[in-house]
Amino acid sequence: MKKTLTYAVLTVIAVFMIYPLLWLLGASFKSNQEIYSSVWFFPENFDFSVYANAWKTNTGHSMGHYFVNTFAIIIPKTIFAVISSVLVAYGFARFDFPLKKLFFRLLMVGMFMPAIVTVMPMYIFWSRVGFTDSYVPLTVPSLFACEGMFIFILIQFFRGIPKEIDEASRIDGCGTLQTLVYILVPCIKPAIISVIVFNFLWTMNDFLNPLIFINSTEKYTLSLALRTSVDSTGQGYEEGKIIAMSVIGLIPSITVFALAQKKFVEITTGGLS
Amino acid sequence: MKKYNNPVGVSRFTGLLLISPFIAGSILFIIYPFVCSFITGLTRYDNIHSPEFIGLENYRKMLTDRSFLKAVGVTFRYTAIFVPLKIIVSLFAAMLLSVSIKGIGVYRTVFYIPSILGSNLAVVIMWQYLFTRDGLVNQFLGILGLSPVSWYGDKHYTIFIIVLLRLWEFGSTMIIFLTAVRNIPKEYYEAARVDGCGSIRAFFSITLPLIKNTVFINVILQTISALQEFNAPYMITGGSPMKSTYTIGMLIYDEMFSYNNAGYANAVSWILFVLTAAIIYIMFRIGKKRSDLL
Repeated sequence: MKKTLTYAVLTVIAVFMIYPLLWLLGASFKSNQEIYSSVWFFPENFDFSVYANAWKTNTGHSMGHYFVNTFAIIIPKTIFAVISSVLVAYGFARFDFPLKKLFFRLLMVGMFMPAIVTVMPMYIFWSRVGFTDSYVPLTVPSLFACEGMFIFILIQFFRGIPKEIDEASRIDGCGTLQTLVYILVPCIKPAIISVIVFNFLWTMNDFLNPLIFINSTEKYTLSLALRTSVDSTGQGYEEGKIIAMSVIGLIPSITVFALAQKKFVEITTGGLS
Repeated sequence: MKKYNNPVGVSRFTGLLLISPFIAGSILFIIYPFVCSFITGLTRYDNIHSPEFIGLENYRKMLTDRSFLKAVGVTFRYTAIFVPLKIIVSLFAAMLLSVSIKGIGVYRTVFYIPSILGSNLAVVIMWQYLFTRDGLVNQFLGILGLSPVSWYGDKHYTIFIIVLLRLWEFGSTMIIFLTAVRNIPKEYYEAARVDGCGSIRAFFSITLPLIKNTVFINVILQTISALQEFNAPYMITGGSPMKSTYTIGMLIYDEMFSYNNAGYANAVSWILFVLTAAIIYIMFRIGKKRSDLL
């Protein structure tokens, strides 16, 4: 009895979680009139032409162009973030040094400090050095281990590896960096994967930074392109097209989540324990 | 001299060298913005001409600026509505998911998905459509026999579009609760059951006291995220109607880029920075008692 009730409540919540997304997918095939007359997500008939239309967008560039742009940010950002965060986390997890406590606190402050409070002075900085309307302000910060969360996850993993392994590797003649690259990195692979996944999802979700730093349409990211399409069509018409663009825009995140799902939920539960 | 606890042959500079990207990064992305926004806040600056020093004028202006005070009111009201709801919903979901029954993993994943897509603009756009006059939400209300709500027209309701969006993304908060709940030894509950304690009673006298620091940390995290809300009001409501969803984040953005008041925008940023830092400091104090890390 109690079990049935639990299942019932769980299912009701699950419907609330998933239905809007199903509705979005279904609505992309519907006519405007059908969108506003039926709560059932499944379309009466599938009209794929809307997707061809959505792919073209109304910004003068195709969705493909914006995918390329977005990946031109994600790929260097991921490489930068992984290298810098692993080095920094290794330093925090395995070594003792002056002002360690202070730096660790700074790490926490950085981790929780919202972008909106730092982005205005950063805009002034990047425009003085002449890098606005480029991907530099969006990618270069990752070189400096700017995501406290990543360092945090990695430190947790480093702590899970016995220090004796480092010592053994030292006795065998490995230096500090060799120990990291050959011995420890293979052990923390799951954490590195979660850094890559988080970095991907957060960059896909990021709207404020591209909004502030990018001006020219041809350099827009997916999220900026979506915003521009909404602005230029306005509400009331071409809903199908906007909705189809949104579906296309969500595909990368959903795919990455589906691929990494099992590991991901484990890591987020384990990493925060 | 202080002894550093390092392996033989490793100097105290090795660690510093390893974290040097972070040291440079924190100067550039934490300390610099803090100093720069304060100093820019002391000037009249339009993003083009050179800044003109005006002392504390911008900070004084905030005390009488109607639109700033309104934005503070909106943001605080939003935070006051949103944070308790988010904590209750996430904790409730975590409690449901903490039981070991078949298929629980699927539910966990499904509950988590919205928070992964998070502030993705596509989701925000979807949300905008759900609440239109004839949108899905009003259609459902119709089925339940309730009259449709003018979500965008009525200044009392509009904020709830954003509250509901952020509530829908309860997954990551839920996961933090779930971890804490799972760490409670099962014996406690068994002992309570032997003593004739029901599950609701057990929640209030065992679970809640044991996870109270986690509750606190989640409250802090959600407060910080509520104070910086920008994407949803920017995209969904544009701050309307009657500025009822015009948050501090939107004010900073508008002052900076729509009105070219970079000095004022930075002064407001700096105040929000100090406020957030104070909140984080409180979190440290509380977190210290909890574990070595958080």
